[in-house]
Amino acid sequence: MQPIGLEHYLVVGAVLFVCGVVCMAAKRNAVGVLMGIELVLNGANLNFVAFGSEYLRPGGPYSIGLDGQLIALFVIVLAAAEAAVALAIALAFYNAHATIDVDQANELKR
Amino acid sequence: MELERLLPLLLGLAWLLPLASFALIVFLGPRMGRGGRCAGYVAILAIGIALVLSTVALAAWLIAYPPGGGHEGAAHLAEPVSGDWYALGVFGALRITIGYYIDGLTIAMFTMVTLVATCIHVYSLGYMHEELEEVTDPLVILANGQPLKRRGRFHRFYQYLSLFCFSMLGLVIAGNVAMVFVFWELVGICSYLLIGFYIERKSASNAANKAFIVNRVGDFGMIVGLMAIWGGLGTFSFADYHDAEGRRMPGVFSQVRPASAEHALVVPDGMVRAAARAEIAEIYRTSPSAVEAEKTIRRLVPGWRSDGLGYGLLVIAGLGIFCGCVGKSAQFPLHVWLPDAMEGPTPVSALIHAATMVAAGVYLVGRFYPVFTPEVLLGIAVVGCITLFIAATIALTATDIKRVLAYSTVSQLGYMMLALGAGGWVAGLFHLFTHAFFKALLFLCSGSVIHATGTNEMPKMGGLLKKMPWTAGTMLVGCLAISGAGIPLVIGLSGYYSKDSILAQLYSCAAQNPAYGWLFVAAAGGAALTAFYMFRLWFLTFVGEPRDAHLFAHAHESPRVMYVPLVILAVFAAVAGGNVPWTHLGLAPLLEQARPIGTAEGATGGVFLPALAVPAEHLSHAPAVHVPVSFMAFGAALAGFLLAAVIYWWRLLDADVLRRASGPVYGFLRNKWWFDELYRGLFIRPALVVAALAAAVDKFVIDGIAHALARAVRLLSDFDEWIDRLFVDGAVNLTARATYALGLRLREVQTGRLRQYVMWVAVGTVGLFVLTMFLWSYALAGS
Repeated sequence: MQPIGLEHYLVVGAVLFVCGVVCMAAKRNAVGVLMGIELVLNGANLNFVAFGSEYLRPGGPYSIGLDGQLIALFVIVLAAAEAAVALAIALAFYNAHATIDVDQANELKR
Repeated sequence: MELERLLPLLLGLAWLLPLASFALIVFLGPRMGRGGRCAGYVAILAIGIALVLSTVALAAWLIAYPPGGGHEGAAHLAEPVSGDWYALGVFGALRITIGYYIDGLTIAMFTMVTLVATCIHVYSLGYMHEELEEVTDPLVILANGQPLKRRGRFHRFYQYLSLFCFSMLGLVIAGNVAMVFVFWELVGICSYLLIGFYIERKSASNAANKAFIVNRVGDFGMIVGLMAIWGGLGTFSFADYHDAEGRRMPGVFSQVRPASAEHALVVPDGMVRAAARAEIAEIYRTSPSAVEAEKTIRRLVPGWRSDGLGYGLLVIAGLGIFCGCVGKSAQFPLHVWLPDAMEGPTPVSALIHAATMVAAGVYLVGRFYPVFTPEVLLGIAVVGCITLFIAATIALTATDIKRVLAYSTVSQLGYMMLALGAGGWVAGLFHLFTHAFFKALLFLCSGSVIHATGTNEMPKMGGLLKKMPWTAGTMLVGCLAISGAGIPLVIGLSGYYSKDSILAQLYSCAAQNPAYGWLFVAAAGGAALTAFYMFRLWFLTFVGEPRDAHLFAHAHESPRVMYVPLVILAVFAAVAGGNVPWTHLGLAPLLEQARPIGTAEGATGGVFLPALAVPAEHLSHAPAVHVPVSFMAFGAALAGFLLAAVIYWWRLLDADVLRRASGPVYGFLRNKWWFDELYRGLFIRPALVVAALAAAVDKFVIDGIAHALARAVRLLSDFDEWIDRLFVDGAVNLTARATYALGLRLREVQTGRLRQYVMWVAVGTVGLFVLTMFLWSYALAGS
């Protein structure tokens, strides 16, 4: 049995990422798509944090700063903002079309 | 101030003032008052001040050199004042300068030219007043059948007059041959501009062209003469001058008539050397050094000279200069331009005929007198004599009042040339002065008549004496003066003195050279003809019954601004010939004093005509010559006058009967000896044929080549255009079409289905990963 290392984190992140992508692709509900996005972002976050952790580095604990954690924080903030905007769009779309089915939202194609 | 500084200052100012007026009118003319009226005042002011300055100069000259008491020996006390104002350029020996050469002749010419010009300027105020407003020229009919309407050109008239005076004065004061030539041509161009003043009239522009082109013929000879002088003498300057090192260099006159030879005509060294260039080359080839050769040559030159070497060159120089004068002074065979020059306004005719253009030629003959050999003098005399006779006969039948005067001018110029050629330097130039006064007067009178009646044709006039007393009276003075009226040996009008001195000189010449007695006969006959045609003119115009009632009814005396100058000129025409009573102040003594040094003793010893002896002028003052000639001249003039009176005043003889009786002679004279037709056949027609040939070559050959070239270029450009369209445009359009098609295809990818996009993103990402991994590994493996 090997100790918890970087690979484990990466696997979990990849699973989370793929779940998010599948959720985005499969859900017709706009809120569901948003949830998928959150999953994708957090999968990526997990990778950042894992790469940024000094304990998970091969060859012992040494620091290269707080980059990974900082970017994760940025991503969280960004995700929050994105969620707010996206929900606003969804609400507006609902007001106009009485649905939040993303397949109906194809007017910009024209 | 001493004379050497005072005279150039006064005359220089008098010379430049008309130029200043010209420049002023050029730039401000149309803005000078209504219709440019003030331009006239400016020009009159300029020429008036010039007159005053010239008069002051004349007075200063007379005070410094009072004309000698009648004996010619005292003549050369008066030294000419000469020098340079400004050197335009010095190229080795060639000096081009603005210089002056002032002697009694120069000053007298200045005074005469400015006086006559002032009268003409003032007179023109009245004569040209129509030009102040818009002018309707009935002689120019436009294509629509209406007469031409144009703006008045009052200021332009005065502008040209000023330039004309400036040119003439420049010619008179010129101190070297080059400057003479420049102003000579300026005079020519001014006459061209003024003769063609009514440029819209075909006849006027033709006359202007004729004057200019005929003068070119003469000027060609003049250039030959100038080159002979320059080549032979190596200088242009009339008088001695100082070169850059301050050495005194001999001018034209002192080279031709050196003081060492008692001012006798000597062929200059340069001309001898030019003629003996073969011998000189031989000496240079055989002698050991250049200095040695030069010594030998200097020793041999007198021998060559006495062999007659170089004399021909001197003759060519003289004939060349005279050739220019033939053109400018309208001598046979180049006299044809002067009568046509009547197309200009009448004051211009007066100026050309009296003070400026034609006087220039006679003046130049007088100025170059020391250079002329006896052969050249004979040539001058013969040309003058032919001119005098031809022109006098043509004037007999002319009916245009101005043309009679024009031919009379040609005839009188012939007199002057004849006198100069026969040795009468003073006589010829004396006649130039007196003629200037009475011819200006006659022209201005005829202008006054034309102004009043609106026609030039004498057969339409008649009986104008009552209507125009001032004009008729002054014109009578002019006619009397030109005919040489006077009481023989006592007193007379100006023409009496000058014509008598000419005839006396010819008489004395005929006595010495019986072979040339016909010169005197022709001149005496010419005097009779002069009196006849002048009084024919006067009688036809002023006495008898009016022949055109309509014209007569509208005739009126001219305004005062026109007849006052007439009166002034009439006074001068009357008295200019005599001396101030009880003194020796007068034109003839002044000219006698100005006589070129060395020419008083006549001219003999020509190489080509050794028998010819041009007599000294003082011989003609002897009573044995003077008295009979005086009576002969009086008789001739009286005969002419009586004949004119019999035919045109008392009507004892009918002019029509005479005309029929004379038959072909009348037609011959009426057609001016067919000179115009002769020249048209000899020169103009061939020139036109050559021109037509050249035009045909131009049209068919040169234009053909040009057109073929154009067509080839056009073909080439068509081909180029085809390539452009097919390949260049094709490539561009193909690219555009391909891009468009690609765009259309790519457009289908955008479905608008969000979930599909996500799928594509995911698939794309995975695809990129896979691709990268493969390529990456290969890339690593490859390195």
